[in-house]
Amino acid sequence: MIRFILLQNRQGKTRLAKYYVPLEDSEKHKVEYEVHRLVVNRDPKFTNFVEFRTHKVIYRRYAGLFFSLCVDITDNELAYLECIHLFVEVLDHFFSNVCELDLVFNFHKVYLILDEFILAGEIQETSKRAIIERLGELEKLE
Amino acid sequence: MGSQGGFGQSKEFLDLVKSIGETRSKSEEDRIILREIETIKRRILEPDIPRRKMKEYIIRLVYVEMLGHDASFGYIHAVKMAHDENLLHKRTGYLAVTLFLNEDHDLIILIVNTIQKDLKSDNYLVVFSALNAVCRLINEETIPAVLPQVVELLGHQKEAVRKKAIMTLHRFYQKSPSTVSHLISNFRKKLSDNDSGVMGASLYPLFDLITIDVKSYKDLVASFIKLLKILGLLGNGDKHASGQMYNVVGDLIRKCDASSNIGNAVLYECICCVASIYPSTKLLEATAEVIAKFLKNDNHNLKYMGIDVLGRLIKLSPDVTEQHQLAVIDCLEDLDDTLKRKTFELLHKMTKSSNVEVIVDGMIDYMTSINDFHYKIEIASRCVELAEQFAPSNHWFILTMNRIFEHAGDIVDIKVAHNLMRLIAKGFGGDHESADSQLRSYAVESYLHIVTEPKLPSAFLQVICWVLGEFGTADGNYSASNISGKLRDVAEAYSSDETVKAYAITALTKIYAFEITSGRKMDILPECQSLFEELAASRSADLQQRAYEFRTVVHLEAHAVKSIMPFDVSCEDIEVDITLPFLNSYVQQSLQNGAQPYIPEEQRSGTIDISNISNQVSRESSMHALKFEAYELPKLPAPSRPPLPVSNISTELVPVPEQSYSIREANTYPSIPSVSTSGPPELKLRLEGIQKKWGRPSYSSSPPSSSGVSPSTASEISQVESAASLSSRPQDNYKDLKKAEVKIAPEKQKLAASLFGDSSKSNKTTGTRHNTSRSDTLSIDKSTGSRSSVAPCCRDENSSSTTS
Repeated sequence: MIRFILLQNRQGKTRLAKYYVPLEDSEKHKVEYEVHRLVVNRDPKFTNFVEFRTHKVIYRRYAGLFFSLCVDITDNELAYLECIHLFVEVLDHFFSNVCELDLVFNFHKVYLILDEFILAGEIQETSKRAIIERLGELEKLE
Repeated sequence: MGSQGGFGQSKEFLDLVKSIGETRSKSEEDRIILREIETIKRRILEPDIPRRKMKEYIIRLVYVEMLGHDASFGYIHAVKMAHDENLLHKRTGYLAVTLFLNEDHDLIILIVNTIQKDLKSDNYLVVFSALNAVCRLINEETIPAVLPQVVELLGHQKEAVRKKAIMTLHRFYQKSPSTVSHLISNFRKKLSDNDSGVMGASLYPLFDLITIDVKSYKDLVASFIKLLKILGLLGNGDKHASGQMYNVVGDLIRKCDASSNIGNAVLYECICCVASIYPSTKLLEATAEVIAKFLKNDNHNLKYMGIDVLGRLIKLSPDVTEQHQLAVIDCLEDLDDTLKRKTFELLHKMTKSSNVEVIVDGMIDYMTSINDFHYKIEIASRCVELAEQFAPSNHWFILTMNRIFEHAGDIVDIKVAHNLMRLIAKGFGGDHESADSQLRSYAVESYLHIVTEPKLPSAFLQVICWVLGEFGTADGNYSASNISGKLRDVAEAYSSDETVKAYAITALTKIYAFEITSGRKMDILPECQSLFEELAASRSADLQQRAYEFRTVVHLEAHAVKSIMPFDVSCEDIEVDITLPFLNSYVQQSLQNGAQPYIPEEQRSGTIDISNISNQVSRESSMHALKFEAYELPKLPAPSRPPLPVSNISTELVPVPEQSYSIREANTYPSIPSVSTSGPPELKLRLEGIQKKWGRPSYSSSPPSSSGVSPSTASEISQVESAASLSSRPQDNYKDLKKAEVKIAPEKQKLAASLFGDSSKSNKTTGTRHNTSRSDTLSIDKSTGSRSSVAPCCRDENSSSTTS
């Protein structure tokens, strides 16, 4: 299961953090700091999976943002890599050529999208079309 | 089937069936059937047919239809039956309807309404039948009518309903895809539904959908990965289940598109599945191919997966790894940390005695270079494990353990240190003495070198000290003074660590003891001397004890020391005979000299009350440790007890008459029995005649019988109360107080008498009151004195009961 999702930029600022396990605030800060340190120094040619404490972090870099997913040891890494990519595709479709500023100013929408996509640490919906449709409906409500 | 039929069908029906069964020719059969049809036609047109009969007719009609004849006159009746309230009839109706009608029939319209209603029904059986009917009868036009309900039913509690709902939707889809396309997401959801039946059911529509449009469903793969995981779990160790899976998995492996990430993900999962299920050579070959592809790939991700998979397969087919040796080594040298770690894991799994040295050395090197705490622990423990399991030679083992301790001593489990000590002491079992002693001298030598290094972890130091103490002088290479000097240095250097100090001291003691036993007279180094003196005054009791032990040992003669500290018995158990037989002669002697024999505690009669009371208290407290039952409700004192209130005024503390005991036992503390005997017969605190404890003592408007309550007595009461209230609170103390009071009761009686006996004195002048009060206070003092003697006694018992 997914333990947390972090979106961080190169400088270490967390643009989005969603936790699926209970953690204290101080612990969260520590985790974010450590993950950033772990991820930002890695060579692009290295594997996208890093061991982090007793779990794994699967990350991918898109432009200036690092998308990190922390999962259990037993999980299939490539699948979650694809999951990250799917998320990015949805964001792209939703915001039309999304950039970091979009995420910063519309963080509430990003959370909405994330909730449509992943629930309680498991991937809920894998069809891009379905997610986008549902989001369209939600947009209409606003 | 008896002559009555299984379901209470009429005899006619049975006859019908039987006769048909017995017919020889088609024409005969036709004849019977036609006759039957005539009968039913006639009967059905009758106005008031009981439902049950109708049901039977309909069943017969079904039978007739089944045999190929037309019974369309009965259709409308079937439709009506489906509308029936009774479930059984309804089901029959539906059954008939589904059999009779097809989707183009005009009567469908009538049915639709019924179905709609039934789909909303609470009774799931009804819903079932409705869904069944829907499956069969719905056509394009009518789909929209029932679609919303069916979709709702997808979320029904009963998984069977959900399953049926999916099948219905599937059917809809088959009829007209467009109406159902927006429900595709539901199908996917059902794929991950909890119930496997539902999951299986949803596979059907999905399969259809996928065959049409493969690409958009690629992302369904995530669910398939889950499926594969499940398959892996199911087939683990189970040959039969695995057999069923082989085809599927094999196909998957072949068909998966390796160019996309997600395809690789599926492949990986397949291989994991293969690894966990019962092995099959064909599959293993296929997996080997895939692995080769993974490892050769430039993409680090794939290399990672490849190595992971190799690790899994190592148990099943060890030679797989040999093919990919080069690739593995490349990964090891890679700059990528993750890859390195993964490769170490693989190496850990494939360690044999032939390659253990290399692997462990490599691991230790890596361990020294990493900063990550968690991982360091893991790798250190792995190294230890491997070293213990596969150590080729003792020397190497010691060396390796030394290295591990040096670098990771603090985080390694202390048990490892003890293991090492034990190993050195016992040797490697079955070896010759010489090998053991060689090992030990080697250990000693290496430790003597190491001990001078500045910062060593505590566990390591413990081991070093212990070894040096036990075996330092064994081979005679090093003089005792040399070793003891070193040990003293250690104790000095690590003065903050008490465990290390303790070990060092004991080691010193051992060294000197061995020196003494072997007859070599030696002087204790002055530094050691000062160390011991310092320790004899140490704050830590442990260190003090050891220092004193040393001092005693050193002053004993060789023979004694030998029996205390024999050489090389660290692994033998000490047997202790608890009857201490060696003291027998001493005991006999003292008995003869007039000492008293030992009386076991139970038989002692000297200490009477306290021990009794303490026994009682402990017994009672064990009986009444925590009372969980509520106290009994206070008993209303019967009105026929007028003399009682007199003494009851003195509250719970002066237990003069015996009855008050029982009352008090029965009562809870706050319920102070009232003075007025004619109190209302309800259970509440009767405080009419009671002095307020707090605040200024005031005259109470009490009836004459309670006239003893004068202010002085009130204060005395309060005094007495407060003095004894301490002990009266806990129930245990109350009980033993009671016992104590039994003995002191006569005094109390006197006190009570002096306090309240002459109630007529309440209206005396202050002087006399003072007098009385003074005398009373005197007596009170006496009583408090006695009470206070009781109280500490009780308190002691209290404390003794708590400590016991």
